[in-house]
Amino acid sequence: MNVSPAVAPYLESFRERRPALPGGSLPWLRQIREAAIAQFRDRGFPGPRDEDWKYTRTAPLERQPFRAATGDPEDAADADVARCAGRVPAGCCRLVFVDGRLSRAHSAFEDPGDGVVVTAMRDALERPPEALRRHFGRYAGREGFPFAALNTAFADDGAFIHLQRRASTPHPVHLLFLSTGREPDVVSHPRVLVIAEVASRALVVEHYAGVGAGSRCFNNAVTEVVLESGACVEHYKVQLEGESTYHIASIEVQQAENSHFTSHLTSLGGRLVRHDINVRMAAPHARCDLQGLYLASGRQHMDFHTRIDHLEPGCTSNEVYKGVLDGRARGVFNGRVLVHPDAQKSDAHQANDNLLLSPHVEIDTKPQLEIHADDVKCSHGATVGQLDESMLFYLRARGIEERSARALLTFGFLEQMLETVPISWLRESLEHGIAGRLPGAADLPGLGDREEATS
Amino acid sequence: MAAERNDVEALIERGYEHGFFTDIESDTVAPGLDEDVIRLISRKKQEPEFMLEWRLRAYRHWLTMSEPTWANVTHPPIDFQSISYYSSPKSRDDAPKSLDEVDPKLLETYEKLGIPLHERAALAGVAVDAVFDSVSVATTFKDRLAEEGIVFCSFSEAVRDHPALVERYLGSVVPHTDNFFASLNSAVFTDGSFVYVPKGVRCPMELSTYFRINAANTGQFERTLIIADEGSYVSYLEGCTAPMRDENQLHAAVVELVAHDGAEIKYSTVQNWYPGDEEGRGGIYNFVTKRGECRGDDSKISWTQVETGSAITWKYPSCVLRGRNSIGEFYSVALANLRQQADTGTKMVHIGENTRSTIVSKGISAGRGQNAYRGLVRIEKGAKGARNYTQCDSLLMGDRCGAHTFPYMEVKNPTATVEHEATTSKISEDQLFYCLSRGMSAEDSVSLIVNGFCKEVFKELPMEFAVEAQKLLEVSLEGAVG
Repeated sequence: MNVSPAVAPYLESFRERRPALPGGSLPWLRQIREAAIAQFRDRGFPGPRDEDWKYTRTAPLERQPFRAATGDPEDAADADVARCAGRVPAGCCRLVFVDGRLSRAHSAFEDPGDGVVVTAMRDALERPPEALRRHFGRYAGREGFPFAALNTAFADDGAFIHLQRRASTPHPVHLLFLSTGREPDVVSHPRVLVIAEVASRALVVEHYAGVGAGSRCFNNAVTEVVLESGACVEHYKVQLEGESTYHIASIEVQQAENSHFTSHLTSLGGRLVRHDINVRMAAPHARCDLQGLYLASGRQHMDFHTRIDHLEPGCTSNEVYKGVLDGRARGVFNGRVLVHPDAQKSDAHQANDNLLLSPHVEIDTKPQLEIHADDVKCSHGATVGQLDESMLFYLRARGIEERSARALLTFGFLEQMLETVPISWLRESLEHGIAGRLPGAADLPGLGDREEATS
Repeated sequence: MAAERNDVEALIERGYEHGFFTDIESDTVAPGLDEDVIRLISRKKQEPEFMLEWRLRAYRHWLTMSEPTWANVTHPPIDFQSISYYSSPKSRDDAPKSLDEVDPKLLETYEKLGIPLHERAALAGVAVDAVFDSVSVATTFKDRLAEEGIVFCSFSEAVRDHPALVERYLGSVVPHTDNFFASLNSAVFTDGSFVYVPKGVRCPMELSTYFRINAANTGQFERTLIIADEGSYVSYLEGCTAPMRDENQLHAAVVELVAHDGAEIKYSTVQNWYPGDEEGRGGIYNFVTKRGECRGDDSKISWTQVETGSAITWKYPSCVLRGRNSIGEFYSVALANLRQQADTGTKMVHIGENTRSTIVSKGISAGRGQNAYRGLVRIEKGAKGARNYTQCDSLLMGDRCGAHTFPYMEVKNPTATVEHEATTSKISEDQLFYCLSRGMSAEDSVSLIVNGFCKEVFKELPMEFAVEAQKLLEVSLEGAVG
């Protein structure tokens, strides 16, 4: 078997680190890791002939192997953590990870609520509860996604969130992943598993941020979410790393009857970014809402792949992705909805709208529908356009500078995606994050503050 | 709605209408493909040296290629060595000078197909260049067209009489290296149609070709080349039927269109080849490469297709919009019933400034049919102010069928506006109830609704074709609704 030179260092590293990985003494976990590394070895990095990677090249990732961080996670400066964490109110259960490893000093294991267990993934893998054992690694990498397999093989830290019957999180569980850039070429494999039992309700914020410019790093994240019947999980992902970060992540969701999954993704940072969200509605009357917003500039490359499987009758899915591209950025959207045979009364809607601000950007969008049942209501739409000149003129005629007018209109284009965020501190920090990236927004007092912006 | 409606039951049980087989002697080459076969084809057709060279280049390139597998279709592997690559009706040796000299059996075939060459052609003002198997046997209205300086003839005639035009344009839109089936076609094509419309001429009539596959096991490889010179206009009609047969027949045609400054080409197709039986046996494999290039400024190419036949349809009539302000259009109705598989759509490549394209695709799936729309809209960097509007709707009839949409949009210019919309639904109960409550039968109601669904496309078809297309759709859908 020929192993490509890009893959070999990871195989080597796996052999070295295997004994130190959490749960190394557990045969079932060892088996999962071995199978995953074998899958990664066989599959390798995606090539140019790979349809799922048609518009995204991983060559910069392959050029040089990444390795695990060696620094002490507790060394991260308090100021950095506080700055990145944003306006998280007290009382939130918060786990802070520095370059992939938990920093206990910066974390706050507040009471997450009755019947809710939040543990660091490392601890959970060392002493796995039955529920983790039942679900860990069962969903990730299903579609032959090599990076998910890589994560499973190396999964070290992250979070395990378990909600018992009818339990609910009073505050969102905040998971903050910091990339410090202190060491060169650091890879981390954050792993999150959320199990929501019957009729439970969870709010989870997965938050990626970078400290300063720093050196190259690679975040290879996997999140698995399991919803039992009637469960409701809202997953908010915020991705704001620096310009030298590669972020590849997949979210794998398994839904039971009458469950409701919401994914809200905001992607503003990173150099090469790829998100895969795969939702399997495996029982009748499940519902999922996928929302995404992205703002890419400079040389950023952002790629979003979603796949929603309507496996049983009466499921509903709703997907809206909106993006703005500026500078030399490139955006890719690939949304796939599959309605399987017998999944009658499926209702699926999908939209992807793009705003192009510079002559050097490129967007490749591909909404796909594959339908094998007849009594369904499915639609999708995609648009690509620029700012409306007449709207610009309207603002200019009222004495607003062009730069600011553009910022205002761009913000307005994305604002719809923020209105659906019910967590006020998160919504505000997203508004500020977006406004901070729009040239000209600074001249507009109150942009980003809902009250003033709308009045 | 048609007043005289046949009994529904009878219609359901009705087999493929055009499933007959004319028994005439064919001059067929033994199955198999190598350079000698290509030399033989070229020699039989008395082609100039450049054609043979071109065919051989295509063949040698084809040998290096592998069959594509990305389409959403499944079929048993095709053995390209078991196909006979040349077949021409014997009667060609003593070429008919007029209709009277044409083999009466051939004429009988045309009668059954409903294209009486001499009568209806004159009445409808349609010039028919009929392709029977691979060699054109009769062409009408030549004189009328010649007056205007229009060349409308079979491809072999064009090679003989207008070699300079052929050499200049052949392969300039679909090169011999384009794709697996186009390369194969380039190597072995036997005939097809050729149209040249000179500068400033508006073609006085619709040009039409009826293709027909006849002799068993002869894959048909047509080549069509249409050139519209500056400021000219031409409307071209293509329609197809094929006799019933048990073995799958391969059809890999190539159509090239070239529109110069201010020229307009309208290309309409009604495809009604044998779709196979309920179990998917038999039926035509229709793997076609169709592409038009708006080479000049202000030019326009419009594709309209009604695809109801073939076991597998795999074709993407495309437009390369190179000239400034050029326009590309694609209107399609594709029906997949029984076990038919259709993977069809278009590519609109915007290169020039202010280029515009419109895509309207209507897919109907019934029975166990699988219908896929696969389209590409690419806005290149220089295509300032380019505009695209895409709409693809699918109608599902029956719970074992499938409708799929794979639209690719690649935009490299921020001044472009690209819109894509797609919906999938079944026939609305409300609409059906409305019709039924007014005393219409279920069959009539469905037919009415389906025709309404396709109306946007049908209105783009020339009159005669629009009528035929509606009829075809009705017949093809019989029994699909319970």
